[in-house]
Amino acid sequence: MTTWNKPLPTISGETKTFWDMCRRGTLLIQKCDSCNEYQWYPRAICANCWSNDIKWFPSSGRGTVWTFTVTNQNRTPGFDTGPYVLALVELEEGVRMFTNIVECDPKDVSIGMAVEVTFERATDQISVPFFKPAS
Amino acid sequence: MVDLRRAAAIVGVHEHITRYAPDKSEAQIQGESIIKALEDAGLEKKDVDGLFCASMSVRNSGLNLADYLNLYPKMVDNTTVGGGSFEFHLSHALNAIYAGRINCAVITYATQARSGGVSVGTGGISRQGHPRLDPSPDSFEELYGLTTVGLYAMIAQRHMHLYGTTSEQLAEIAVTMRRHASLNPEALFRDLITVEDVMRSPVVSTPLHRNDCCIITDGGGAVVVVSPELARNCKQKPVWIIGAGEAVAHQGAGKRDLMYIAAKQSHVPAFEMAQVTQKDIDMAMIYDSFTITVLETLEDLGFCEKGEGGQFVLNGRIGLGGELPINTDGGGLSSNHPGMRGLFLLLEATRQLRGEFEGTERQVPDCKIALCHGTGGALGSRHSGGTVILARD
Repeated sequence: MTTWNKPLPTISGETKTFWDMCRRGTLLIQKCDSCNEYQWYPRAICANCWSNDIKWFPSSGRGTVWTFTVTNQNRTPGFDTGPYVLALVELEEGVRMFTNIVECDPKDVSIGMAVEVTFERATDQISVPFFKPAS
Repeated sequence: MVDLRRAAAIVGVHEHITRYAPDKSEAQIQGESIIKALEDAGLEKKDVDGLFCASMSVRNSGLNLADYLNLYPKMVDNTTVGGGSFEFHLSHALNAIYAGRINCAVITYATQARSGGVSVGTGGISRQGHPRLDPSPDSFEELYGLTTVGLYAMIAQRHMHLYGTTSEQLAEIAVTMRRHASLNPEALFRDLITVEDVMRSPVVSTPLHRNDCCIITDGGGAVVVVSPELARNCKQKPVWIIGAGEAVAHQGAGKRDLMYIAAKQSHVPAFEMAQVTQKDIDMAMIYDSFTITVLETLEDLGFCEKGEGGQFVLNGRIGLGGELPINTDGGGLSSNHPGMRGLFLLLEATRQLRGEFEGTERQVPDCKIALCHGTGGALGSRHSGGTVILARD
């Protein structure tokens, strides 16, 4: 495994469960028990009704590319070596999240393309969710 | 709502002409600009009782600037919502002056983004200088190599997908801004360019080319805003604030349609307050961090329908001599973009409403009402929008 030189997440109390499950290969999203709305990114409060009845649910991990850009220029370590695909993926559950589309030629990415989650181990504690073309 | 029309006026402006100032400090550029703007108004240091500013690099910038200038303002406002912060400042100054809490506000900004080598658009997380990400939202975003240009490019990509907008249409905006810059002796880039030139410039983040992106300069300026009573004794004819609206737009817990920007919300109270419509606007200063910013802002301000921005910007409509001239100083795409550009929208609109360029091609003929819209942050994640409408005396 090569050394991870991209930014790493900072884990807090309200996001620890999410990152723990990423390490086990499951993408969690949240749903409010009071108003039944899904939300992204994870937080301790329901963004819709402000209740704290937040429950974790495993996402199907499947979605589509809502939009993307092939980025050729970024000084951030880990992203400074060539084109990469920055994307917003809309999960089947209806929430959109930032990600990179990996395991395919950037030229082959398009809006509406079906994708599925894949995890890359960054450290012993942290695995980062990415998306790849759906199998 | 109380009628705030003509409750405050811009009576002094100054744009620091520098585009590269490695030997100056931010405070110095701001101080020099405030002094010149007060001179323009015929006012003095003792008249200033409100200080409004934002900074890309100085924390507590209002406190530091009050110290540097030895000012004891009755009101300090550091609202920092990205490049459009200064439209928010003007809106707040209007409230404070109407309420009688202050009589004379200065709004100021300066930066050394260029001489400091700041990669505003492509620096990624390193642009913010702190290696430790916040738990949220950074830790769910910056892992993926976000850049400012990338966050605008994603919106451009989807705009093209949904509405058939083309790179050539976006390029037309950059070409028009350059034509305006050619008329501005202070503009950084003044040589005319063509759509082909824009299309041939390197792709920074698909579908945006380098010439779809604003330039990076040093610079600064100041605006003096006063009560109607004080305005009557100033050297310059007042430019009245007749409308103001503020809004933010963000991801909405992963569900908001990011194709609609904050301008969609902020323009409504601004037009309501001003009691004018889009047809009454003689010229507009539209924050042009990227060509797509202009296109989406024109749509969401209601100058055309959603998805029609690509057609709207063609055939000279947004150029001098057209139906809605925008960014007559050359904009951030060609004149100056010192990290945050919102202040310069107010400067140019004021000068147009004063008729300062009368007798030259730069002047919008019989300019009575101007609109400024500042966008700060990034369209693809979260941003602010401040709309102000100004009218000549």
